[in-house]
Amino acid sequence: MIAARIRGESMGARIARGLLSSPKATIAAIICVVLITSAILAPLIAPQNPYDLTEIDFFDAKLPPMSEGYTGMTYLLGTDGQGRDMLSAMLYGLRTSLAVGVTAGLLAMMVGTALGLVAAYRGGVIDSFIMRFVDLMLGFPTILVALMILVVFGQGVDKVILALVFVQWAYFARAVRATAMVETGKEYAEAARCLGIPAWRIMGGHILPNCLPPLIVIATIQVAGAIAAEATLSFLGIGLPITEPSLGLLIANGYQVMLAGLYWMSVYPGLLLLVLVFSVNIVGDRLREILNPRLAQ
Amino acid sequence: MTVFILRRVLQAILVLAITSLVVFLGVYAIGDPLEILLPADASMAERAQVTASLHLDDPLALQYWNFIVQALQGNFGRSFVFNRPALEVIFERLPATLELVTTSLILSLIIGIPLGFLAGTRPRTVTDETIMTGSILGFSLPNFWQGMMLIMIFSVWLGWLPSTGRGDTGTILGVRTSYATWDGFVHLLLPATNLALAQIALVIRLTRTGVQETMPLDFVKYARARGISERRILSVHVFKTILIPIVTVLGIEFGSLIAFAVVTETIFAWPGVGKLIIDSINMLDRPIVVAYILVIVSMFIVINLVVDVLYSLLDPRIRSRAS
Repeated sequence: MIAARIRGESMGARIARGLLSSPKATIAAIICVVLITSAILAPLIAPQNPYDLTEIDFFDAKLPPMSEGYTGMTYLLGTDGQGRDMLSAMLYGLRTSLAVGVTAGLLAMMVGTALGLVAAYRGGVIDSFIMRFVDLMLGFPTILVALMILVVFGQGVDKVILALVFVQWAYFARAVRATAMVETGKEYAEAARCLGIPAWRIMGGHILPNCLPPLIVIATIQVAGAIAAEATLSFLGIGLPITEPSLGLLIANGYQVMLAGLYWMSVYPGLLLLVLVFSVNIVGDRLREILNPRLAQ
Repeated sequence: MTVFILRRVLQAILVLAITSLVVFLGVYAIGDPLEILLPADASMAERAQVTASLHLDDPLALQYWNFIVQALQGNFGRSFVFNRPALEVIFERLPATLELVTTSLILSLIIGIPLGFLAGTRPRTVTDETIMTGSILGFSLPNFWQGMMLIMIFSVWLGWLPSTGRGDTGTILGVRTSYATWDGFVHLLLPATNLALAQIALVIRLTRTGVQETMPLDFVKYARARGISERRILSVHVFKTILIPIVTVLGIEFGSLIAFAVVTETIFAWPGVGKLIIDSINMLDRPIVVAYILVIVSMFIVINLVVDVLYSLLDPRIRSRAS
């Protein structure tokens, strides 16, 4: 890390070099980029709009992969029970899953970082109060807390995001606090204090940038976790409503007909979800190796 | 020491009180029980009568107090669906879940530890890379989808194992269990594997780290110098040392497995508490939902408390840091 600093390398360049030096991570990163791009461009690249009733034909329902429908269109991955093209439904589902996962991950990062910084900088009672709460949150399994929140507040996109933020902020808070504690004691922070710079600017402008490496690693892994957790909740029928079909909901719908042999409705969305979560985790694992000074040696 | 335990117990009670308050407010105060209990065309007089009989017109604090007093006596009300005391329904289903969770833990140990040893003793080789990538895959595989694929492969295509349900149970030493019959045992295999997969990944990682940290230590070198075979060093000396963190983590994971059983039980139609809670949420069976959350949270708090206390008994450093 210090060697990189001496070479005058920016953190972005260091991450790029680190990812490219491992073939596994390079492939995973490319897959992530491709998936994110296709999710954003879903309305442009999907063969049909699966939620526009004028475009789907009920006679094409339950067609296996690679079959041609009445409309003359070839369904690469088959169709679902309503005659929707699975590939299109999956692209739209990927869009929803990514949107929910990334939003929840970023919100959790903001909340967790803010609380972690305050805990580290203020110390004392505030610190022990926040950290007790963090310990408490980390002690409970994700799914139990999410279940409780959804039971109390009901279903909906906003509630799922709330539940995910609630279960994930503690990871960020713990990591940021640990790094910020070390940074707060360093000379530059002390110098900033002596200059009379307000506390919020020292925390946000001076200490926070130095906490970025662990934050990036955790954010990556937590986004993967959020996507998987949302899919699980939606599968259980207590997550997203049917009007927002994420990958989890597609899988749940396909599950009902899976035992009848109509495997493609649940296998393909599941594979897509797996590839997404797996690639993000591989990238996260590599980032941990690159950004952790102890492992980088 | 007593002070430490007392503080921990007080904290545990506080957490339980807060959880009960949140759940009470969420389930009883925000939602309106009248909508479920009364037909849509009920008259105002009927509404008033039911409101009074359920004490819904009492101040909120008094309602909460009554709820707590009743809950402490094990009374969470009667299930709307089963028309039996909620707690009774939950305790009836709990053994099935515990059996599933215990089996998964055993599976994760007998599969995870050997693989972790393999990876740990051959760092940075193809074996190590493959096992570690496999463990990331284990973390990444969405639990519910992985369960579906197990059914797909082993029940639908191969037809080896039954897909859903618990099968026949028998009695061993007075406990009703699936282990007693062959039918019950084969029904247990798929759900237990499903639940165990993430734990296997976790055990692999813990074992690998443990092996790598233990191998350079002096006692291993000494054992080698004494001419003890490498195999015996690994299977006795190293194994004993790394078992402590693994068992501790799995102790804590026990609770989270009970929570994750929700997913497994839903897929495999396993008649435990996990399936019960999802069904109850969908059917708005509030007493069951409330009782489930409070029972599971209490179990969790007790497990964490026991682990904390045991840890501080074993390791005095933790005790001094906490006080």
